[in-house]
Amino acid sequence: MKELKILFIIAVLVGITYWGIEPYAHSKMHPHHEPATFAYADLKPLHLKGDPKKGAQAIMNNGCTGCHSIASQHIPAPMDPVAASASYGVRPPDLSNIAAVVDHKFLANFIKDPVKAMKLAHKFNAKRAFPMPNFYGSDQDLADIVAYLVSIAPKELSPKEAFETACGRCHNVRYDKWTVIGEKPKFKTEVQKADFELKLAKYEANLKKYLGTTPPDLSMFIRSRGPEYIRDFVEDPQKLLHGTAMPRVGLTKEATEKVIAYLEKVGDRKKEKRDKLGVWVLLYFVIFSVLAYLWKQKIWRELH
Amino acid sequence: MAHFTKANSLHEWLDQRLAIDKLWKVLAAEYWVPKNINFLWAMGVVLLTMFSILVISGIFLLMYYKPDTKLAFDSVNYTIMQEVWFGWLWRHMHAVAASVVFLVIYIHMFTGIYYASYKRGREMIWISGMLLFVTFSAEAFSGYMLPWGQMSYWAAQVITNLFGGIPFIGKDLVVWIRGNFYVSDPTLTRFFMLHVLLMPLIIMAIIGLHFYSLRFPHVNNQDGEEIDFDAEAEKYKAGLKKESKVIPFWPVFISKDLFVLGVFLIFYFYLVFYHYEFAMDPINFDPANPMKTPPHIYPEWYFLWSYEVLRGFFFPVGSLSAMDMGLIAFGIANVIFFALPWFDKNDEVAPAARRSGFFVWFWLMVIDMIILTIWGKLPPTGFNAYIGYVAAVGFLALWAALPAVTARKKGLLGFVILMTLALYIAGYMEYAKTLGNGIVIVALFIIFYALFFLNPVFVRNRGGAQ
Repeated sequence: MKELKILFIIAVLVGITYWGIEPYAHSKMHPHHEPATFAYADLKPLHLKGDPKKGAQAIMNNGCTGCHSIASQHIPAPMDPVAASASYGVRPPDLSNIAAVVDHKFLANFIKDPVKAMKLAHKFNAKRAFPMPNFYGSDQDLADIVAYLVSIAPKELSPKEAFETACGRCHNVRYDKWTVIGEKPKFKTEVQKADFELKLAKYEANLKKYLGTTPPDLSMFIRSRGPEYIRDFVEDPQKLLHGTAMPRVGLTKEATEKVIAYLEKVGDRKKEKRDKLGVWVLLYFVIFSVLAYLWKQKIWRELH
Repeated sequence: MAHFTKANSLHEWLDQRLAIDKLWKVLAAEYWVPKNINFLWAMGVVLLTMFSILVISGIFLLMYYKPDTKLAFDSVNYTIMQEVWFGWLWRHMHAVAASVVFLVIYIHMFTGIYYASYKRGREMIWISGMLLFVTFSAEAFSGYMLPWGQMSYWAAQVITNLFGGIPFIGKDLVVWIRGNFYVSDPTLTRFFMLHVLLMPLIIMAIIGLHFYSLRFPHVNNQDGEEIDFDAEAEKYKAGLKKESKVIPFWPVFISKDLFVLGVFLIFYFYLVFYHYEFAMDPINFDPANPMKTPPHIYPEWYFLWSYEVLRGFFFPVGSLSAMDMGLIAFGIANVIFFALPWFDKNDEVAPAARRSGFFVWFWLMVIDMIILTIWGKLPPTGFNAYIGYVAAVGFLALWAALPAVTARKKGLLGFVILMTLALYIAGYMEYAKTLGNGIVIVALFIIFYALFFLNPVFVRNRGGAQ
């Protein structure tokens, strides 16, 4: 009985200390924010119904493919990544999968006014224009373009594909050989390797000039930030890190979950194994403790 | 040459040459421990187990770790955590054990304080134990640098910088410790050496000393009762197990320890697999970046209380800056527990519950250290700064009061309390900026520190009740 009392006192003291230095201290260090809703409520919905066929035409008429590739429709990129980054700061996204990861309301608002949708007015303004111009066409054209992008988007993307479209043009993931200019290939010669590295260095230098900072490698972000922070951050970066160069990219909830799944696979690949093995190890020590208790009882019985 | 007869078994062969039977008796089968103990007496075995886990997991990690600022982070987070077979398990076990071992050390330490197991012949047990606390701290600090994450780097930057506060040699000392003007590759390689070679060697030697120091004064018991171990051991050997007040280490004491150990390991492995963030700070999974200061820099939880003693002094006193005041208190806090046997001014060995004044002192100390720990992590802004000050001054005040408490000198105790309250009021005025830093606060601190240093010297030991 006395020993249980001692154990109880220790548990209470340890519990209070733990509560103070972990949940409580962290709540003070990281002020509370509302969890992500992915509603993008500040953006106006587009109520018009679009026609994909007209959208395909509008894409051509408005010169979108002057910068953007649409690989799935055999429209190639006009420039290689390094040249594109020299012109625009970052390579413009391929549009094949864009509507599979980006919220459709966000997409329409983005085309209309990219800086507003991305919440980057502190970076791009009258003095420094965003590389993609605002869209001044009719709302019907806009609806058609979105409808077209939706029509060509694949129904199902792998976590890695979602990551590449959403994050992969700014962020490296070195633990998965992903670079901002694409997957790092197996090199046959030193020349190939040096050539690739030179391209990467040039692209990264352009990117840094464009954003004012080098976007972090995301290999360990699942451990350094955790899934909840990543989810809320991706939905609205300015809310969690005011003034950051990271744009709001307008991902849907599903696409964000895919990005998180990808980061987990890269940065915490042993999670499943850990969760499984833990149960067995704990079971082992429960049995160990029971046996130890029985042994102790047997030995101590003759002492009292 | 000694006379050897032909051995009839391997056991006998070894016994002739190494006296293993006698050794076993001395170390275990006839190493006597009091019977009147509770599970807190098992913490030694728990600690030894944790230390073994740290050594073994450390050896496995050492096979893949690369002490180079360019390679360290990836060797830990990619090679060990993802490539090596069960590398993640060794790393989690190592990191969590390094944190949890301090929890057990604190329990072990405060058990010793509660039951007065640090005095009347047990001083060397206490001192060697405190040496282990200090060397474990150095071991933990150097180890925390190795993954070369953001907190590894910035904690190293902040903590090594503290040595700059030492008069005259401070600046040179910092460069000497770092091996450079700032924390960098030579810092990492020398802390690597400290972590995997020098500190473990010293720790193992002191563990030996700690065990040896138990031999003559013997282990204390729940009532602080003085036991004639030889007589009680004879009783036990004669079969009077119920009447004897002692038990042999093997198998009686260890049978209880193993049960406590088993329960503790359930807790430990639960943390290893499912709840490790407290020991593996997420921020440290960002690679070290000297150009980017994290918004909050804090040491690991077990250093927070002394860190808060440092931060608690938030205003200058006389010609001493807030930092100087903090460093003085911090320096004291890190060594003061060594002096516990001499701050305690009576020889009574009994649990705190039976030493009325000391009982209050003990729990105030526990509460104060918990407050220091929690506020050590909170941002020191606003009223938190004053709470930190109250707890830091409170920590020193408890030590200044201990000689008076244990010698039952009510007048002196009243004076210490009065001075402490005066410092609290003066500190609040500093905090509220209603009163500038004047001669009064300088005088208060001089008197306060005079009490702190003179009480243990001049208050006379009132002897013992035993």
